[in-house]
Amino acid sequence: MAASPHTLSSRLLTEMATRSSILAWRIPWMEKLGWGGGCIWYLERRVTRESPRRFLHLLRNVNQQWVTFQHFNFLRHMYVTQLNRSLKQQIKPKPEPAESPFLEKTSLDEAKAEICEMRPLVPPSLSLSRKPSEKALIEPEPTSVIEGSIDLGKETKEEKQWKEMKLRVDDLPGILARLSKIKLTALVVSTTSAGFALAPAPFDWSCFLLTFVGTGLASCAANSINQFFEVPFDSNMNRTKNRPLVRGQISPLLAVSFATCCAVPGVALLTWGVNPLTGALGLFNIFLYTCCYTPLKRVSIANTWVGAVVGAIPPVMGWTAATGSLDAGACLLGGILYSWQFPHFNALSWGLREDYSRGGYCMMSVTHPALCRRVALRHCLALLAMCVAAPALDVTTWTFPVIALPINLYISYLGFRFYRDADRKSSRKLFFCSLWHLPLLLLLMLTCKRRAGEEGTGAPQS
Amino acid sequence: MAPRRPAKRLVTALCRAFSGRGCQLAPKRGAERRDAAPSRVSRFCPPRKSRHDWIGPPDKYSNLRPIHFYIPENESPLEQKLRELRQETQEWNQQFWADQNLTFHKEKEEFVRSRLKAKGLDLRTASGQKATLNAEEMAEFYKEFLSKNFQKHMYYNRDWYKRNFAITFFMGKVALERIWNKLRPKQKKTSS
Repeated sequence: MAASPHTLSSRLLTEMATRSSILAWRIPWMEKLGWGGGCIWYLERRVTRESPRRFLHLLRNVNQQWVTFQHFNFLRHMYVTQLNRSLKQQIKPKPEPAESPFLEKTSLDEAKAEICEMRPLVPPSLSLSRKPSEKALIEPEPTSVIEGSIDLGKETKEEKQWKEMKLRVDDLPGILARLSKIKLTALVVSTTSAGFALAPAPFDWSCFLLTFVGTGLASCAANSINQFFEVPFDSNMNRTKNRPLVRGQISPLLAVSFATCCAVPGVALLTWGVNPLTGALGLFNIFLYTCCYTPLKRVSIANTWVGAVVGAIPPVMGWTAATGSLDAGACLLGGILYSWQFPHFNALSWGLREDYSRGGYCMMSVTHPALCRRVALRHCLALLAMCVAAPALDVTTWTFPVIALPINLYISYLGFRFYRDADRKSSRKLFFCSLWHLPLLLLLMLTCKRRAGEEGTGAPQS
Repeated sequence: MAPRRPAKRLVTALCRAFSGRGCQLAPKRGAERRDAAPSRVSRFCPPRKSRHDWIGPPDKYSNLRPIHFYIPENESPLEQKLRELRQETQEWNQQFWADQNLTFHKEKEEFVRSRLKAKGLDLRTASGQKATLNAEEMAEFYKEFLSKNFQKHMYYNRDWYKRNFAITFFMGKVALERIWNKLRPKQKKTSS
């Protein structure tokens, strides 16, 4: 009862649309599930064998077309990016901070609605690209020819993805920037600058610049070593799979050499250009991050607390660079950064539980979820308390806790929602809030800084 | 029959994976090793005039990128040792992560199936889509999986750190050897 090839074409398109839409919905699963997706495909093929005969020829073509994961990648680009506005999850092949690739919380209803929407869109989008293979479908050719051309296409495409491991000088700055996690380094250096500016000492530009550069170099070194240690783990996590060492853009030897070339001048600059205390703190922080935090991530949940200390030290370094001593104000600033790390990281890790579990990372969000949320909330409230302590320690005026109250209350509220609801939505809200909360808080602190000569301020110590 | 081949390949791949055989990542032995699982062996061959290693796309099971190592004509014993260490580490890593990921997905599927069955729900929803559990239900599985594999990860971590340091150390030695070889003829010229 097979229909003639020409009348098949319109039915072919509709059927393809149905098949593709179902497969397209499965793409994110399949891409990540790999063989699991293959299983689904296999099971689906078994189901299709029970379909009416007239579809068999059609489906054979279609299934041959969509069999590879390269094709799924291609489909992903075509379909999902077009309908990105409706789908909650990010499918684009870019590194993302907080997205889980799996359809955990995205409602099935939305996905179902998408599939209905997808159908009419499939034929025109197919015509946009992949013209040769499209023609192969619409004008049905013998299966073997299609299969042969698909295999060849598959091989060529796969071969194109092989890259020569030759270091090009032009690419080096970009590669080193990614290796040293330049954005994170920038954040670290800005907290150091805030610490320097908040310290009760006259602002010395040369000292500031030396601290700035020294801390930046130390941070680059620490981040590079961290990436050097974590290559296979980074490969397996969506967030980190595009790092330079994972992609082979740089050799491990070069990464270690770069880290050494940053650490040595960085610590030297801090020790001899600023003061030994700041240099010692810088060296200690590099050690803490690379030799304690990084290995501990795979051993115990204590890594989060160690990581929070790592985040707290840079502003303390800024303070000691300006004043030369580790006094109460430095500890308070460190405490604020320490407490901030918890709502920030715990909320981020909530959406990465699957990747952490599969990769073998010991994180609170996986092993002790209730503790994870409790600690996040606890530290939101601690932030509030520390902002009140700031004027008491002569770091800021009493205006500061008052004007910082709205943002502190807001983050505490989101922390409470996260604690109570324990879902993806509340975790994302808390995470994104933490991103603007910290810079704003530091800015407010700076504007309310207790000036020299005001009551309670001691003279700057050398 | 053409449509059966991918399915048969998949089943063979699964069998190989769970029988614990190591997988070889030698691209030269491409065609006949097609069924060797869990890695998809590439038939890639770098261009003849290339004198560098080549790195491929992430393996679909292990997510690791395979490297095709370049063997120079005048490879020194040290360089050979380094290359062999890297090749062996690559295979070892591939084996571990492919196995890890496959086990994870298999156990996840089983968990979802058993939970859905316990709830009395179908494996597929009314519209024919695969039914899933919500994040909180899955969290139980993630916790269990992590603790079950903890010891395995401890051994892997220790070995990985050792290998990583060894490879980097040998890379350093090879680099110094090359620099020395480049300087030595010049030294002979200046001294004579």
